[in-house]
Amino acid sequence: MSLGLAESEDLKAKNKALVEEVLKVYPDKTAKRRAKHLGVYQNGKPDCGVKSNIKSIPGVMTIRGCAYAGSKGVVWGPIKDMIHISHGPVGCGQYSWGSRRNYYVGTTGIDSFGTMQFTSDFQENDIVFGGDKKLSKLMDEVQELFPLNKGLSVQSECPIGLIGDDIEAVSKKKSKEYGGKPIVPVRCEGFRGVSQSLGHHIANDAVRDWVFDKAEGKPARFEATEYDIAILADYNIGGDAWASRILLEEMGLRVVAQWSGDGTIAELEATPRAKLNVLHCYRSMNYVARHMEEKYGVPWVEYNFFGPTKILESLRKIAAQFDDKIKENAEKVIAKYQPLMDAVVAKYRPRLEGKKVMLYVGGLRPRHVIGAYEDLGMEVVGTGYEFAHNDDYQRTTHYIKDGTLVYDDVTAYELEKFVEAIKPDLVGSGIKEKYVFQKMGIPFRQMHSWDYSGPYHGYDGFAIFARDMDMAINSPIWKLNKAPF
Amino acid sequence: MVQNAENVVDHFQLFRGPEYREMFKNKRDNFENGTPEEEVNRVAEWTKTVEYQEKNFAREALTINPAKACQPLGAVFAAVGFEGTLPFVHGSQGCVAYYRSHFSRHFKEPTSAVSSSMTEDAAVFGGLTNMVDGLSNAYNMYKPKMIAVSTTCMAEVIGDDLNAFIKTSREKGSIPQDYDVTFAHTPAFVGSHITGYDNTMKGVVEYFWGGKAGLAPKLERTPNNSINFFGGFDGYTVGNLREVKRIFDLIGAEYTIIGDNSDVWDTPADGEYRMYDGGTKLEDVANAVNAKATISMQQYCTEKTLDYIKTWGQETVALNHPIGVAGTDKFLMEVSRLTGKPIPDALKKERGRLVDAIADSHNHIHGKKFAIYGDPDLCLGVAAFLLELGAEPTTILSTNGGKSWEKKVRELLASSPYGKDCEVYAGKDLWHMRSLLFTRPVDFLIGNTYGKYLERDTGTPLIRLGFPIFDRHHLHRYPVWGYQGALNVLVWILDKVFSEMDAHSNVAGKTDISFDIIR
Repeated sequence: MSLGLAESEDLKAKNKALVEEVLKVYPDKTAKRRAKHLGVYQNGKPDCGVKSNIKSIPGVMTIRGCAYAGSKGVVWGPIKDMIHISHGPVGCGQYSWGSRRNYYVGTTGIDSFGTMQFTSDFQENDIVFGGDKKLSKLMDEVQELFPLNKGLSVQSECPIGLIGDDIEAVSKKKSKEYGGKPIVPVRCEGFRGVSQSLGHHIANDAVRDWVFDKAEGKPARFEATEYDIAILADYNIGGDAWASRILLEEMGLRVVAQWSGDGTIAELEATPRAKLNVLHCYRSMNYVARHMEEKYGVPWVEYNFFGPTKILESLRKIAAQFDDKIKENAEKVIAKYQPLMDAVVAKYRPRLEGKKVMLYVGGLRPRHVIGAYEDLGMEVVGTGYEFAHNDDYQRTTHYIKDGTLVYDDVTAYELEKFVEAIKPDLVGSGIKEKYVFQKMGIPFRQMHSWDYSGPYHGYDGFAIFARDMDMAINSPIWKLNKAPF
Repeated sequence: MVQNAENVVDHFQLFRGPEYREMFKNKRDNFENGTPEEEVNRVAEWTKTVEYQEKNFAREALTINPAKACQPLGAVFAAVGFEGTLPFVHGSQGCVAYYRSHFSRHFKEPTSAVSSSMTEDAAVFGGLTNMVDGLSNAYNMYKPKMIAVSTTCMAEVIGDDLNAFIKTSREKGSIPQDYDVTFAHTPAFVGSHITGYDNTMKGVVEYFWGGKAGLAPKLERTPNNSINFFGGFDGYTVGNLREVKRIFDLIGAEYTIIGDNSDVWDTPADGEYRMYDGGTKLEDVANAVNAKATISMQQYCTEKTLDYIKTWGQETVALNHPIGVAGTDKFLMEVSRLTGKPIPDALKKERGRLVDAIADSHNHIHGKKFAIYGDPDLCLGVAAFLLELGAEPTTILSTNGGKSWEKKVRELLASSPYGKDCEVYAGKDLWHMRSLLFTRPVDFLIGNTYGKYLERDTGTPLIRLGFPIFDRHHLHRYPVWGYQGALNVLVWILDKVFSEMDAHSNVAGKTDISFDIIR
């Protein structure tokens, strides 16, 4: 489906002109800064030609969140048998309560706590006099009311770092009191860094310092095998990690840990003993993967379980780290699901062939889902990340075509104008964007929450992905936007 | 394999298949270090006891599953109710992403708001540059008629001064000298979202009436016959404000809805995205100074605003989210008294129809026990309606309710024999409610979406009424105020009552003696 040279040059010129046009709305200083984040991909270049991981500009309506969202909302929140305390005022915990759909199995409120909101609900006094005493007391209350919790984490909201609280000291003291129970202070105040991304990094570092280091010397809970692996950075949204795990187990590997969707503290502690870490969302957990490689010698590979083409590549890539038995099994798994994939593509591709998609998501999906769309004959014509770094944009070059429009930390205004001009058949982004585009008559799917569907990972997930894209694009409703009178 | 192309299954069926169930078991048995099932069951049973409830109620530091949000959420709710107005929240940017998501999940509509995106350097040096640049960018990009500034807790902790910052922004030319920028400090560590609504409304009114923060002379009040109206923070704002306007029009009242967000959260899908739609015109906000009186539908959302309005010599009337016959009667009679216009027969007829509907159905609700939680005014309105229906409110809980609210609820309960067995809990959360539902069981629970966790744990059927409601669609389009609104609430309650009857009488040959087709 690659374009001819002339067509491709034409597309690039058009997209460049579009960027120029959109930048006109800004005051000069802002236009200059935003120009660096908007680009058109040139074949052969090592990255997408955009700057990234830079502060958002005030007042432009960035779609980004904060470090707390990256730590509590993404990395730590899904660890189901720990109690994660949103430490500070009530709002942060409230808005992130249960909204990411990190599925888990467990009895909520008894041995699992994923869809609960624990907060220190800061009042003015706590700001003035500090919140350490309250935190300390709160931990005692958690212990009393939730005796089956396997650990706590303290997810700092903005005020904590500003008022000089010592959550590390409280955590250490209480952990000792509770016989060494993991208590993890996380300095993920929302004002730190430029996006969710620093929150991921801080959360990863907290695992290193407060889980791995403390667990050293503890006896292993199971005997290691040659085939032990850990899934890193799959948050089990709508069951994604499960639809992935089942394939890895089918090929004879033993998944000893899930990070962090449906995960437990025991799984985190066990991971340095794995033979291989497989990393799905590079952006949010490459830090801890690198740490385990350096300190514990656990290698890691990135993989992509969106769509049969990428799943096949990934299964072989993972299998290549193991012996022939696993390699043979990988082929068996691929063969087993091939008829299902053929049937899914046969059913949906004719309905979706040639449809154009624009994406704007977090730190992984703006590239990772492209293959799945292509498996259905669709084409991604624009993509961008909320909180990617340059290494993400480098990786993106393996997925996108010459002339693709690329937008980093896009503003609501820019995205609206880009979509208006390009008129894609589908936009994939988040809840804040969804209704804007549906008003415009453009089909939309939420690509953070899967629009409450899922899983989208794995072979089982691809069937759902295909069904959902079809129902979005081919819904009869899009013929009714314009009144006949 | 459960999955197949002809009948694609998603998470609902997929994970109930044998392969996945086995996988879950294997994961739990080998890697999770999970608690043995008997112990989980033992603790689960223990959480249902009075002993557990005592420990639960002894909590002083820990809040679990609160039914409240933070001030700036209310600020955004209030701000989008003005014509062409862009909410601008000064502080960390993640907060704004949260407010926008939260409202979009409830209303299924876009919500526009910007942040000044303060980070570490602003924490050290203050957020002045962020304000100056932010106002300029927002003004140029989104061309709002007005910007309404509020604050996140970060800006409050470091002590940024909005008035001074906005003045400096004007001086630096980031916005025109005479451009309307209202402001309100909305610290998240004081009060809740209803406080943020109050502070923002007061900020807007004070700005327009009190001399636009020094840009214009203070207004002179020339009283007229018009009345002002505040809805308060209200998940049903779309349906409610439209219903209130219809009622005012039927009465023939002159009125100003201050903060009318009923259109911006209900725009059509006709090919055009409207970032702004409807809203109270800015000149109407200014002219509202001349009104004879101001009515607030929610006392606890507008305490400071009404106090300020009183200083202008206006009469103020504060209601408590009136739902039902008497509540609506009172609202209409106040409007009639203040405007000097009679309540028209059309509304009297609507009243009669509501009474008729209640008479038809009350026997299915009479004597049923209810637990209610939500914002303070909503709890009062719902409780009053239940008492009219002959239902027995048994537990009323408001996380953001205070002592004066508690007293008011007790007074309401004392006014009816059906309220005598009710307990009132101010400042408690939904984990307290969980204990209460075990120790003092009720027939039905009324609350927002989060109540579904209580429904699951305690088996108490949930009637969704409140904010937010994420897991049912379009309820916000229906009014709950006015006689028509009460009818909607009546139907929602009845639907649940009947569904429960059917669900408990539908086993063939066992319980279906009562599986009636006429109820």
